[in-house]
Parts: sequence; C-alpha cells; structure tokens
Amino acid sequence: MAVKVESNKRLVVAVIIVAVFVIIIAKLFYIQVIDSSYKFSAANNVLRYITQYPARGLILDRNGFPMVTNKPVYDLLMVKKQVVPFDTLEFASLLGLTVDQVREAFVAAQKQKGYSPRKAVTLIKQIPPEYFARFQEKMYKFSGFEVQPRTVRSYTLPIAAHLFGYVGEVDDGTIKTEPYYQSGDYIGVSGLERSYEKELRGKKGIKIFMVDVHNRIKGSYEHGKFDSVAVPGKNLTSTIDARLQEYGEKLMQNKIGSIVAIEPKTGEVLAMISSPSYNPELLVGRDRATNFKLLQQDSLKPIFNRSIMALYPPGSTFKVVNALIGLQEGVLFPETRYSCYGGYTIGRGVGCHNHPSPVNLIQSIQVSCNTYYCHVFRNIIDKREFGSVENGFSVWKKHVESFGYGNKLNIDLPHELKGIVPSVAFYNKYFRKGGWNSLTIISLAIGQGELSVTPLQMANLVATIANKGYYVAPHVVKAIEGESIDSDYRQKHYTSIEPKYFDYIIEGMDLAVNGPPGSGSTARIAALPDVRICGKTGTAQNPHGADHSVFFAFAPKEDPKIAISVYVENAGFGATWAAPIASLMIEKYLKDTITRPDLERYILEAKLLDRRAKKK
Amino acid sequence: MQRKSNILRNLDWIAVILYIMLVVMGWLNIYAAVLSDEHRNIFDFSQRYGKQMVWIGFAFLMAFTIVYSNDRIYPAFAYLFYGLIVLALLATLIFGRVVNASKSWIPIGSFGLQPAEFAKVATALALAKLMSGYGFKLSGLWSYVKVGLVLGFPVGIILMQNDTGSALVFGSLILVLYREGLPGWVLAFAAFLVLLFILTLIYNTSTLLIFLFVLTVFLFIFYTRRYKDAFRITLGAGGVSLLIYLVSVLFHLKVSLSVILLVPLVLSVLIGLIYAYANRLKIVYLLALFLLVTVGFSLSTDYVFERVLDVHHQKRINDLLGIENDPLGWGYNVNQSKIAIGSGGFWGKGYLSGTQTKFNFVPEQSTDFIFCTVGEEWGFLGSTVVVILIASFLLRLLKIAERQTEHFARIYGYGVVSILFFHAAINIGMTIGLVPVIGIPLPFFSYGGSSLWAFTIMVFILLKFDAERYGAY
Repeated sequence: MAVKVESNKRLVVAVIIVAVFVIIIAKLFYIQVIDSSYKFSAANNVLRYITQYPARGLILDRNGFPMVTNKPVYDLLMVKKQVVPFDTLEFASLLGLTVDQVREAFVAAQKQKGYSPRKAVTLIKQIPPEYFARFQEKMYKFSGFEVQPRTVRSYTLPIAAHLFGYVGEVDDGTIKTEPYYQSGDYIGVSGLERSYEKELRGKKGIKIFMVDVHNRIKGSYEHGKFDSVAVPGKNLTSTIDARLQEYGEKLMQNKIGSIVAIEPKTGEVLAMISSPSYNPELLVGRDRATNFKLLQQDSLKPIFNRSIMALYPPGSTFKVVNALIGLQEGVLFPETRYSCYGGYTIGRGVGCHNHPSPVNLIQSIQVSCNTYYCHVFRNIIDKREFGSVENGFSVWKKHVESFGYGNKLNIDLPHELKGIVPSVAFYNKYFRKGGWNSLTIISLAIGQGELSVTPLQMANLVATIANKGYYVAPHVVKAIEGESIDSDYRQKHYTSIEPKYFDYIIEGMDLAVNGPPGSGSTARIAALPDVRICGKTGTAQNPHGADHSVFFAFAPKEDPKIAISVYVENAGFGATWAAPIASLMIEKYLKDTITRPDLERYILEAKLLDRRAKKK
Repeated sequence: MQRKSNILRNLDWIAVILYIMLVVMGWLNIYAAVLSDEHRNIFDFSQRYGKQMVWIGFAFLMAFTIVYSNDRIYPAFAYLFYGLIVLALLATLIFGRVVNASKSWIPIGSFGLQPAEFAKVATALALAKLMSGYGFKLSGLWSYVKVGLVLGFPVGIILMQNDTGSALVFGSLILVLYREGLPGWVLAFAAFLVLLFILTLIYNTSTLLIFLFVLTVFLFIFYTRRYKDAFRITLGAGGVSLLIYLVSVLFHLKVSLSVILLVPLVLSVLIGLIYAYANRLKIVYLLALFLLVTVGFSLSTDYVFERVLDVHHQKRINDLLGIENDPLGWGYNVNQSKIAIGSGGFWGKGYLSGTQTKFNFVPEQSTDFIFCTVGEEWGFLGSTVVVILIASFLLRLLKIAERQTEHFARIYGYGVVSILFFHAAINIGMTIGLVPVIGIPLPFFSYGGSSLWAFTIMVFILLKFDAERYGAY
C-alpha cells in the first residue's frame, strides 16, 4: 500500500513535468507557427531601408544646350542614441551655420514624425559641397552622424525661372495621395518641374541593409538580392532657345510685362519671358525658404508668370480678328472703305488718331483705324441673317473662340489661365436681357471692354495668322529623353475662318511695319532691312495706369519662322516700346546679330517700372 | 580494475547521453548567438563560445572525478558542504561583485563564480541528509521547522544578494517534500494560491470575493451533497448584500462594493461554523477556514505586491499579465525574445542564420535568453526536440531517483529533478512569455561556468549513487 502511494506520487510529479512541457510546446506552436506577426516584427528589427535618390532629368534648350542640371548637396542625418556631446561651435561653423541654428535643428529633428532615437533622422538639409568637404575632414569628431548625398538643381544661365519652376520638399497632403512619395522626397512645385514631374523625377532605388540593435550596419541583406538601383530622371529637350530667352529677359529688364515667341508651324515656344523675373538659383538649397518669402512679398510679383497668368485687354491687335470674322461672315470686303474723322461718333463714340482717310481693309490695319472697326463690328453683330443681337454676338463669339481665346491652349505648364471672352448670358445679366446691342459693346471692336487674353494667346493668334488659319497648341517641351512628345502637340487646330482671308490681314500687317513714311504705318520702328516683318501694334487701355504697350508680329513674311507677342505694362503706345522689342527679338532669332545698337540701347536703358497707376 | 569497469557498466548511459546531447546543443547555440564576422575561430577564447568550450571541458572532468571517487563522502559531509556554501554566500554578500543589480559573484581573476549555483547542490544534499536521518518523519511542526531552517539560510542570503530568481528555485523543493510525505492537498493549495495571486492582479477584489464564495459553495455541495442548504446560504448572502446596498442608497451612504460583499461573507463563515457544529460536519470547518484564508490572501495580495516586491518584479509581472504594455521598456526583453522565437517559424531560419539573436536584439542572449537562438534558428521543430530532450532527461532522472533504495539518494534525486525542472520550465517559459522574467539559466544551454558545473555536479552525484546502488547489496 505504502509503495503504491509513493509510486503514485512519482506519477504525479511526472505528470506535472510532462504537463508543463506540453504547455510550453503549445505556446511555442502558437508563436512560431500560428501567429505570423512576430515575423514582421523581426524584419522591422533587422532591416534598414536606405533610399537611393535619383538625379532629376536635365532640361536642355532646343539646340541641346543644358539649361538645368544638378549639383550635389549633402543631408546630414543623426542617430540620437549614438550622438555623444560635442563642440557645438565647431560643428556649426564647419557647416556654415550659427550655434542657434544647430540647436534649433536638433529640436526640430526630434519633433519629426516617426522620430526614434535609434533611427537616422535628417538633421540638416542640403549642405553645399564646399561646406561638406570641410565638415567631412572633421567628421570623426562627431559620432552618431551619417551623410545622405542628394542632388539639387543648378542653372547654367540665370534665366527662365518661371518656365523651369522650382523643386521643393513634398508635403504631407501629396504623400497621402501619392504613394510614390515619402517624407523628405523632392517634387516639382511649379513650372516644367511640376508638369513633367513624373518624367524628371526618375525612380528611387532602395538598398537594404541588416542592422544590429544599435542600428549599426552589418552588411547588405541577402547579398543585395532585393536592392534596386536608382534610375535617373529623363532629360527634357525644351523648345526654348536659350540665347533668345536670355536676350528677351535682358530687353525686358526694368520693365513689367511679357514676351512670348512661337515657331508658328510647330507651336514650339521659342522664348517665354515674364518680367520682372528672378534668378532660379535663389530657390535652390538652404536659403530657398527665405528667398521665396522675399520674392513673394515683392510688390512687382516676380514669381507670377505673366506669360500664361496675366490677363490683358488685347487692344488694337484684336482688330485683325474682327476683320477676319467680317470677311468670313460676308459683311466686309477688301475694298470696303470707311471714312474716319477722328473717331466713331455714334453712341458713346470711340476716338481715333490722326491718319489718312478714308481707308480700305488693308489700310485699316496699316493705320489701325478705330472707326473702321466699329463699322465692321456692328456689321457683324447686326447682320440681318442672324435675326437678333444675341445671335449675332454668339456667332462672333464662336469665331473668336476658334482662335483659342477664352479657353486654355493647354500648354505644358501649370496654372495657365483661359482668358475672358464675354458671353450673351454675361451681357444679359450685366445690362438685362434686350438691354444691350452692338453699340453698347462697341469697345470689343478695338479689343477693349470685357475681353482678356494672356500674352501666350496673343502669340498664338499671330502664329495662327502666320499659318493662315491654323495653330498648333503651344508647348515648351519637344522631346523627352530624345523621344518626341505626344501628338496633341502636333495637331493643327483650324479657325472658323477660311485661309484665303488671312492674306489681306498679312498685307495689312506688312504695311503697318514696312509702309512708306507718311502713309500712317503704325510700326515703322520695327522694320528690318532684310527681313520682312509683319506686325500690328496695340495700345491697351487698362484700369491699372498708363496704357499697356502691345505689339505682335511674325517674320519673315514669306516663310514665317517666328511669331511673337510683346506686352509692356503701363508703357504707352505699342509702337514706342513693344514694337522695337519684338523687332530686336526677331532679329536676334533670325540673324543672331543686332544691327541697330542704338535701338537696343534705347530699350535696354528704358526704365518703365514707375508708370503704374499714373493715369487715375 | 574490476570495480572501475563495473562503474562504467552500471552508469545510466541513457541519462549520460542525454546530458552530453544537451551540453553540445547548448554550446552550438552559444556559438550561434555570439558569432560575428570578426570572430570565426571556434577556439577563440576571447569569445564566449571559446570560453564555454573550456567550461565544458572542466565540467566533463568534474563528472569523471565524481564517477571515479567515493560516493560516501556526500552523505558524510553533506552538512559540511552546506556550511561551507552558506559561508561562501555570506562572503559574496560582503565581497562580491555586482552584475545586473545582483551581488552574487565572487571574482576570481577576470572570471567570477556564482556560489548561489553551488548552493543548490549543497542544499539538496543537506535536505537529503536531514530527511534521511534516523527516525525523521515529515509530520508535525518540528520536522517542518527543521526543513524550513535548512532552506531558509541559503534562500535568505540569496535574497539579500538581490538574486530573487535563484532564491525562487529553492521553492521547487516542495516536490521533494511532497514525495517524502507532504500531503497532496498542500501542493494543490499552494498551486491554488499562486493562481489566486495572479487572479488578484488581473481582476478586482469584488469579483474575486464572489468567485471565492461561489467556489466554496461548490466545494460544499461536492463534499456534502446538501443542495438545499447551499441554496439557502447563497440566497441569504445575496439577500444581505442587496439589503446593505438598498440601505446605503436610501440613506445616501457611501458604502464600497467590497464592504457590501465582505459583510455577508463573514456572516456566512459564522453561520457555517455554527452549522458545522450543529451537524457535526468536519468538512465545513475546513471550508470556512479555506474561505477565510483565501479571502485574506487576496485582500493582502495588493499590499504584498506593492510593498514587498521590487518595482522591476512588479513591472515584469504586470507586463506578463498584460496589465502594462511597454515593449521598449520593461517588456523589451520578452518582446524581443518572442519576436526572435516567433520569427523562427516551423522549420527555423537555419543554423547560424538567425538575424534577431545575431544582431543583439535579444539581451542576455547567450545566458538567460539562449532559448531564443534555438527558437529562431531551429524553429518549432528544433525547439520541440530540445524541450522533449529536456523533459526526457528529467523523467529519466525521476526514474533513477525513484529506484534508489537508499533514502538519502532518493531524496537527493528528487531534489535534483525539482531544481532542474524549475530552471528549465521557468527559463523557457519566460522567453516565450508564459512566466515573468526571472533571471535563471537554462541548464546545460546557458553560457556560464558556474551553472554548468553546478548542474553537472548535481546530476553526476545522482548518477554515481545510481551506479553504486548495486554495490549496496
């Protein structure tokens, strides 16, 4: 009996031992086989993903000249746990910072999202190579710091800031919507950098390292089997002619306004100048934020891209559109003549300047007669077949819009505005239905009133005239990594005007520039001896001050290679400033030499910044 | 010569082979845990695997010495060994070196010895000596006091060294007492108190009071089958609680829930005692006592937990029970340990291919957390094999202990099994989050000379007894 009890006790002990080990095996089974979460944690523990940042694609001009390139900078990372106290003053002076800036950077770094004292976090961004070289020599003194090479933009010439736009760090909103981006990535914020972001950015690579508990790298993971190489961004070949762009910006110095030059046959933008501009280098590197603020606060709005965002009344240049519509609608014939005695006197009336009278169609363009176009405009709107003012206006509006007015031309730049072509509904609301007629809106005859266009649309109009009836949507990039861009930018958009009518307009524009002295030609100042320029002046009244000086032209007449529009804000007559600027640009582009140094000096020395709001 | 060959033949080779397998596996895992690209030579004695090789060599030498020396010295000098080790423990307390907040090391050159490891052997021997003494019977207060004294000295000093883990190991000797006459219900009651301790930390007092009351009523029904009386007392207690509650609401008194429950509980105990006296039911006295003790225990647990235990013990227990979650702080060890073992999967990552252990994510990975390397590199398959090997070894030693004809040898054998069992179960349990973190080594696996030698000596003294038991006749 006693023996049996004792052997029972041995059994109890054995059962306890077995039971405990069975529980252990069950738990092992659970955490090793059933629950997979530990495997993820293990990977997170051991693997460190280091992003390999690609260099952004270059931007070349139409002749292959590199305008936008990259330069190396260095981001300094720190692993807080490994940082030992160091000489802050030396650290700061090596990096070209103040001690306070370094302290602030430390505080900011530790406030970053996802901060961990064991992880490498960015401490100081975009250290220029010259500072980095000095720092690197002394880096052994500072433990816990790592370096991440990056590239930022570098500009060969200080031009075309609006076109290129700038690159900034990606914001939280974008990170949420676009999974490609991670905190600290760069992204094109404006200009070409933005519209071609996908092509320019390239593809980030990743290197996977194994790290120990102190985040020290212990070697590459699986011999780099899962690593990927950074793919550099694609190079863009721009349609811009760097020399022309540079020259245009020079001509526009100390003036407010815009120049847009287009190759008519292809729609390629040869130059796009918005003045005042800024050196694109200002928005690169460590001082970007400071400089951006300064530019933003400037009263002349240098960041604002006037070429595609400023809305101006087209002024007298718009007369050619009314002439074309009149011809198309059969209310105007080349031989139609109207007398002008200093203005159109019906209704509110429209004044005119002194010129020979009466004039026919071609002469009306040559001398830019306001009276003539008041007749033409009223004849269109009040054409009997239309039945009503509203119908007449609608037909007119449709024709105008076929020139690309009132709609975006869809240039490959962000933030393009579409301009304003008023609608029947607008006037019905403004005046009341039936409360308006062709006389009420007579300003439209000479490109004033409720009409607004961008300089780009103006350039596109003159390109359309050069092409005798069609335009190709203007664009600033012609090839990506050697491959030409999509067919949207090769399609011809025809206007609703028959091509034959354009000849009269071209003749008029030819005479406006090349007419004999005393014939009333408005733009004789723009004439070039061996290139036949066709142009039209404009003097756009506006509520901001003195009239805008407007001119558009194309050349050579026989085989147009360049169509150009020039706006100089609050500068006065079109012939005074805009016409010579256009003429110099055409000469520069077609001849590459300037034969009229006096004219050039006259433009370069002109300071037209203080003319705003003079006329109140 | 004859005697020597007998010894080898009589040695329990199953146990010896299991021992060798465990030691070799242990070394392989220490090698895997410490290995880095800089040190590849397995004889590199600057590294732990190199040193462990030396410790293993010494361990084998000790095993040989024990097998070939006289086994009578152990019963004869059991108290002497015990005395010496108590002195060594005291010396450590005074002259020792502090490692991981425990002052449990005696420095010898650049190495150190942990007397606490050897104290386990000596205490097992002393306990065996005491309980195998002529006329000793484990009944009556005096016998328990003697046992308590033998255990008390080393446990007390080790606690003073701040080495709670090692002190707890001596608690496992309750299995020896059980084998030698301690009633089974004491073992069960001890287990119940441990459970209750855990429950108190998880659940609030009120829930536990209700639980204990219901449990007692069920036990009453189980032993007496008096359903009606059980129903009456439950109803009565419930009624009293309700009454107190209603009164407190009526007179806007703030009476805590514990009081609402405690009053009927005490009343029930009183009624129970009268009931037991009237009906001459001895079991009801015991049940009343059970209720009183357990209620008192659970009420005092919070106090004990907060006042008696150190902060790091509290944190470890709370972490285990999921009361506090702090994977980078107190829970870091266990969390990383579970990640390492869990990431091993079914097949494991392959020998020397573990990433967690190799890159030092698991603290103490070659000592207390060596099982992580097993779990990560050898997977569920390998871990199970190791666990089964350890269990087999323990069961084999249990069989050996039981077959001893000599009381001293048998009691000592049970001591060896208890201590090894506690070490293995608690160590593996803590690496997989089954028990709170208690810093004790995994026998034969963990890096360290002291523990390996102590366990080797412990096991081989038993094997020597076993081999000699034929000679006794």
